[in-house]
Amino acid sequence: MRTLRILLEKEFRQIFRDPSILRIIFLMPIVQLIVMPLAADYEVKNVKLCIVDFDHSSYSQKLVNKITSTDYFQLVDYTDSYDKALKYVENDEADLVLQIPSSFEKQIVKEDKSTLFMSLNAINGAKANLGGSYLRSIISDFNREVRLEWLQLPKLNPQPTIQVTSLNWFNPTMNYQIFMVPGILVILVTMVGAFLSALNIVKEKEVGTIEQINVTPIKKYQFILGKLIPFWVLGLMILTVGTIISWLIYGIVPVGSLSTIFIFAAIYLLAVLGMGLLVSTFANTQQQAMLLSFFIMMIFILLGGLYTSIDSMPEWAQTFTKFNPVAYFIEVMRMVVLKGSSLNDIKTHLTVVFLMAIVLNSFAVWNYKKRS
Amino acid sequence: MKQFYFFVQKEFYHLLRDPRTMLILFGMPLMLILIFGFALTNEVKNTRIAILDNSKDPVTAEIIQQLEASRYFDNVQNVNSNDELEAAFRQGKIKMAVVFSSRFQYSLMHENQAAIQLIADATDPNVASTLTNYATAIIIDYQKSMKGQIDLPYSINTELRMLYNPQLKGSYNFVPGVMAMVLMLVCAMMTSISIVKEKEIGTMEIILVSPIVPIRVVIAKMVPYFLLSSVNIASVLLLSVFVLDVPIQGNLVLLVAECLLFTITVLALGLLISSVTDSQQIAMLLSLMGLFLPTVMLSGFMFPIENMPVALQVISNIVPAKWFYIIVKTVMIKGLGFEFIWKETLILIGMTVFFMVVSIKKFKIRLE
Repeated sequence: MRTLRILLEKEFRQIFRDPSILRIIFLMPIVQLIVMPLAADYEVKNVKLCIVDFDHSSYSQKLVNKITSTDYFQLVDYTDSYDKALKYVENDEADLVLQIPSSFEKQIVKEDKSTLFMSLNAINGAKANLGGSYLRSIISDFNREVRLEWLQLPKLNPQPTIQVTSLNWFNPTMNYQIFMVPGILVILVTMVGAFLSALNIVKEKEVGTIEQINVTPIKKYQFILGKLIPFWVLGLMILTVGTIISWLIYGIVPVGSLSTIFIFAAIYLLAVLGMGLLVSTFANTQQQAMLLSFFIMMIFILLGGLYTSIDSMPEWAQTFTKFNPVAYFIEVMRMVVLKGSSLNDIKTHLTVVFLMAIVLNSFAVWNYKKRS
Repeated sequence: MKQFYFFVQKEFYHLLRDPRTMLILFGMPLMLILIFGFALTNEVKNTRIAILDNSKDPVTAEIIQQLEASRYFDNVQNVNSNDELEAAFRQGKIKMAVVFSSRFQYSLMHENQAAIQLIADATDPNVASTLTNYATAIIIDYQKSMKGQIDLPYSINTELRMLYNPQLKGSYNFVPGVMAMVLMLVCAMMTSISIVKEKEIGTMEIILVSPIVPIRVVIAKMVPYFLLSSVNIASVLLLSVFVLDVPIQGNLVLLVAECLLFTITVLALGLLISSVTDSQQIAMLLSLMGLFLPTVMLSGFMFPIENMPVALQVISNIVPAKWFYIIVKTVMIKGLGFEFIWKETLILIGMTVFFMVVSIKKFKIRLE
């Protein structure tokens, strides 16, 4: 016990004697937590629209007015040259081109139907789809108005109709930040923990101080614990600071209890730090350790469901997320913060991450050799 | 010139004598492109949903079947009460629930009206609204098929043309983005430790007492990494075309030239980080933690830049990956020529010059 205490004292001294590292560890996450969620707005709005009107009739005018009166579309240009419209798309100045054919009005009145053409910049498929379907719903609204002008539809609808209503639970205002902030906080805590622990043992190897430790009677597990605990404390501190910031700046108060988050985070950090230490025991130089842990982190983070939904990934990627601690923490954070899930709701997550922590740390202890 | 050549040779030895690092540097971009090309998509599909069917009649059964058949929904599970429904949401088992009113078929046939309620888990607002849209469309389609096809008078049809990406593949959007991200991070990281490492190990002193001038030291550090990055560019492009099926629509030479330009920009940025820091740890933390999130979030491939607050839109201009992403998208996917990207190219060149000048200026020829 005494050995461990002395080791811990050494590690803490080492950390606090390097103010520039401390500054980075605390400042960078805070700045990123404040700035980044502002960027994370997936909502499709401000779709840039260019209208090519070959008809110039009263109907086409009405349609254009109807479209521009929504604040969803931003009219880039109203022209009668398709080539010009295409130029806008090529330059990324327009996302959508709506083409109104000549004699649009005449066709509707005389032939009972007419066709509008829509061209979408489909590189970003999701945006194209949403913008297109919104435009179509405006057009079909317009269609109904036209029809009403000509037909006297009976007031009471004789057709059976299914009424579809929709509710948005847990986030009725559809606020994006409340969704992103907890996720970004997870990433920051993870990055700090994984990188620092990965660099740590290997630094002693590179500087040569590991020899001194190897000739002492310190046990392997004591050494690993001595490395683990300081970063565990740091990680929880960053989580605390982050939680306070997200409350101060974004007004996010978890629906569930904070203790649920911290209990999970405490176990989660053990897993992440264990992974970092494991990387550290494998690598020979700081460069290798950094590259390796960065490689692993990037995959974990991008496949962790922060940016894109895990459900829409292919089968093999979904299987992989079962072994991805980051995915578990992001999900738990969102569940607790937004839905108020309790410890009981997240017990599977908790068990899995706990097992990961045990496996990774025992592997790290086993792989750390006191002989070179 | 000979002196410079020796320096480049020395840097090569550094690189070649560490096969583990080499392996990671070559392997990482490949793995990342493959994983993300296949796994990252904005599309919403195979979502787990729950059905609370208070009626259990032939009509609801048919609607449920329609929902199940669509590729958007998967693993449809039945729940029996509101409590069960809430529990499923809270445990994260489902993303949406469909609730049928009781006596659904009866009210539909006799009162001409029946109600379905869609409850979406709006923790992710985007997924929630997309799911609601999909489900509504399926139900409306079903309703239409019930009535039978009647041609209404005075109808306006719309025909859709998907430009550049007719099959709406997610990879068309993500491959250019991942390319920008991978090149940015790998290149910046490689050079960011190169100078600071010599400071830390102490070999910097030897270089400083030699007659070589700082600019040559800095450029010599870039050469081997530049060659390594060229190999990476080649393999990334080959993968995109042959494995991910993202064809190069534009001029290949132009695309490669732009990739090389971007590489130099980022290598220079790495050198800048290297010459202003004192320890490998700080250099690496800066180049990875400092660059990772801004690159992912501000380059425009994850989140549309036009949605951001003005201040962030301004900040996004200093992220080199943003310009490179636009270039790759324009040349590779849209197949347009240089006249559409000269502005972006100039910006990258400007950044390169700036990074180089500052890192040479900041290069200290004396150790404290």
